[in-house]
Amino acid sequence: MVGTKELIKNLSVKHGIERKSLLPILQDIVEKENFLSNDSMIEVARILDISAAEVYGTASFFSFLDTEARGKYKIRVCKSITCDMKGKNETIKCIENILKIKVGETSKGGRFSLLETNCLGWCHKGPVMLVNDEVYTELTPEKIRETLSEYIREEK
Amino acid sequence: MSKNTITLIIDGTKVTVEEGTSILDAAKKVDIEIPTLCHHEDLCVAGNCRVCVVEEKGKNNLTASCAAPATEGMDILTSSPKVRRARKDIMALLVSEHNTQCTTCYRNTNCELQTLASDYNVDNDIYLSVLKNNTTIDKSSWSIEKDDSKCIRCQRCVRTCAEIQHVNALAVTHKGHEMKISTFMDFPMNEIVCTNCGQCIIHCPTAALTERRYYDDIWEAIDDPTKHVVVNTAPSVRVALGEMFDYEPGKIVTGKMVTALKKMGFDSVLDTDFSADLTIIEEANELLVRLKKAFVDKEEVALPMITSCSPGWVKFIEHMYPEHLGHLSTCKSPQQMFGSMVKTYYAEKKGIDPKDIVCVAGMPCAAKKYEANRPEMRDSGFQDIDAGLTTRELGHMIKQAGIKFQELPEENFDKIMGESSGAAVVFGATGGVMEAALRTAYAVITGRPVPFDNLNITPVRGMESIKEITIKFEDCVPEYSFLEGIEAKFGIAHGLTNARAIMDQIVEGKSPYVFIEIMACPGGCIGGGGQPIPTTDEIRKKRIEAIYAEDMGKPIRMSHENPEIKEIYESFLKVPLGEKSHHLLHTKYRKRKRY
Ligand code: SF4
Ligand code: SF4
Ligand code: SF4
Ligand code: FES
Repeated sequence: MVGTKELIKNLSVKHGIERKSLLPILQDIVEKENFLSNDSMIEVARILDISAAEVYGTASFFSFLDTEARGKYKIRVCKSITCDMKGKNETIKCIENILKIKVGETSKGGRFSLLETNCLGWCHKGPVMLVNDEVYTELTPEKIRETLSEYIREEK
Repeated sequence: MSKNTITLIIDGTKVTVEEGTSILDAAKKVDIEIPTLCHHEDLCVAGNCRVCVVEEKGKNNLTASCAAPATEGMDILTSSPKVRRARKDIMALLVSEHNTQCTTCYRNTNCELQTLASDYNVDNDIYLSVLKNNTTIDKSSWSIEKDDSKCIRCQRCVRTCAEIQHVNALAVTHKGHEMKISTFMDFPMNEIVCTNCGQCIIHCPTAALTERRYYDDIWEAIDDPTKHVVVNTAPSVRVALGEMFDYEPGKIVTGKMVTALKKMGFDSVLDTDFSADLTIIEEANELLVRLKKAFVDKEEVALPMITSCSPGWVKFIEHMYPEHLGHLSTCKSPQQMFGSMVKTYYAEKKGIDPKDIVCVAGMPCAAKKYEANRPEMRDSGFQDIDAGLTTRELGHMIKQAGIKFQELPEENFDKIMGESSGAAVVFGATGGVMEAALRTAYAVITGRPVPFDNLNITPVRGMESIKEITIKFEDCVPEYSFLEGIEAKFGIAHGLTNARAIMDQIVEGKSPYVFIEIMACPGGCIGGGGQPIPTTDEIRKKRIEAIYAEDMGKPIRMSHENPEIKEIYESFLKVPLGEKSHHLLHTKYRKRKRY
């Protein structure tokens, strides 16, 4: 926790302590610590002199600001209407089969988390998924298997 | 005509208003009612519900009248076919995601959504119901019930908790169709920073936020012949309860209320004002002891001392300023003093085993429910107060008993803890505890009544956010000669946003006061979270006027002259701040987390 406090203190120096600093601070915490813990949100609230509920309100609005611990690789499948029509459900089923986890879950050993997200702006090439910052478009079962097995191999 | 007025036309009538006035308020000036839901006069504009839309001639889009300022030459239609269609459509959409079960709903006949849906005759046929069926009612708190299935997401509660109370316990979380009003990490209401003040309840247009109701338990106790059920009612209940029975705000219904409670079967109908007088004796003496320690013994004591009768305020300071709890008076609130006295002194006098006594409090407050259940509040050996009821619940119970309230004769409170002074009555309004304390403290210090016409300390009265008064003590009695010539400053705040300003001064070591009164709710208890809905500034003012009228009508106006108070010290408590008082009338506070 000392680490988190220290981190947030540094981030408040970097971004300032105005209300508008909230989002960049939260983004940086997620980048460093993988997710927003209760303690980190409470500490941010204290430093910005706003309420913890308000911090959570902001965090829950953005799907990239996780408030739960996630795996090393966060797989986010676009759930917007275009990707839905182009086969989002099949995409998810395929990933679930390969990784043996359901949406919202994290694989044993904390390697992969499977999540849905709002529009990623790749509607013309749907269905799409993100693995951390990497976009994969026009997904097919083969393409998904290929992509994921690379991540699985890399881990071993 | 001054140049910052503007003239516009609303439904064919010319209206001249100050610049910056909303179209909604301009319409009010010519008695045109535009429906609203997210709008509340106590709060900033949100403009999210859109039921207040109007048509501006020559414009294609409709305008939200609560959010749009009137501009010169505007030609507004508030009830064109286009407007009516849009409103009905908006209402229908709201209803399509609403858990509409009015007949069994606590806000039935007192609900803004219901009234509008009925006015516009919204049947639920236009849109399929998209009501989520996975919501549960949060009943974790002793005070607040939160039912998201009745929430229209107008955010009045969020704004109330932020602007009026500066607690920010509630926030808008998630987005799109998952958007809801929630707490930190969606924690239950009893695990968060919520003070239980209930201000969000009286600002909520629907039954999404209500007080947790206990009247079924009370009926059960009344019907149980082995139980002796005592009720006591706070000063601000008698100036607001009438509103539940079609009286105009500001009607004093003390006598009828007493009669109604007797008819309902309470074994004894007593007055929280009695214990308000008791609070004043203890609290004024506590202040004098602190002053003596500071001035004479040169000891470190926490000054200013701050009142502790408002349980919402007490929980607020426990969460927000846990390092400064020493400033709080250790006195229990009048409600809790009442409870501990009923189960000791009263039980002894009446010869009743305290285990058979059920003590009910009728309160203008939602936080009193939680206060009654604080684990510290069991000094009598039993739970001192068994249940706190709001003014609204009392009104419901009277209706359930089939009592025609307006027709009732007027009766007096019963004896033993039923007598009170005017000083206790003014507890109900912001500044009242200060006024009552000063009436007694000044008399103790100087041997003379406070130097104000008719004992009316007018500078502490009224709705101003923070009030102060300076009193100079001269010709003091020998015991208090250390105060001779001293000009002491006293401060008063109501609403927790104002309380925060007062506390920040203390934190910075810059507080000019020796004694501060803080009430969690705007206007004090008369504007409490348990009072009839609606509560607006106009209504608060009328209830306050009634409080001072009731005070003037009392033969005794100072707490220390109440004969029942003299009696309880003679025969039971012996001295203020004595051993018994210490055990039964004083309490401790705890540090809490800020989320
Ligand atoms: S909140 Fe209003 S509209 Fe909804 S069920 Fe209750 S009374 Fe009816
Ligand atoms: S709880 Fe009540 S005040 Fe709050 S958003 Fe819902 S309906 Fe509005
Ligand atoms: S009861 Fe008071 S503190 Fe609690 S959520 Fe409502 S307004 Fe905020
Ligand atoms: S009352 Fe105007 S938008 Fe809600």
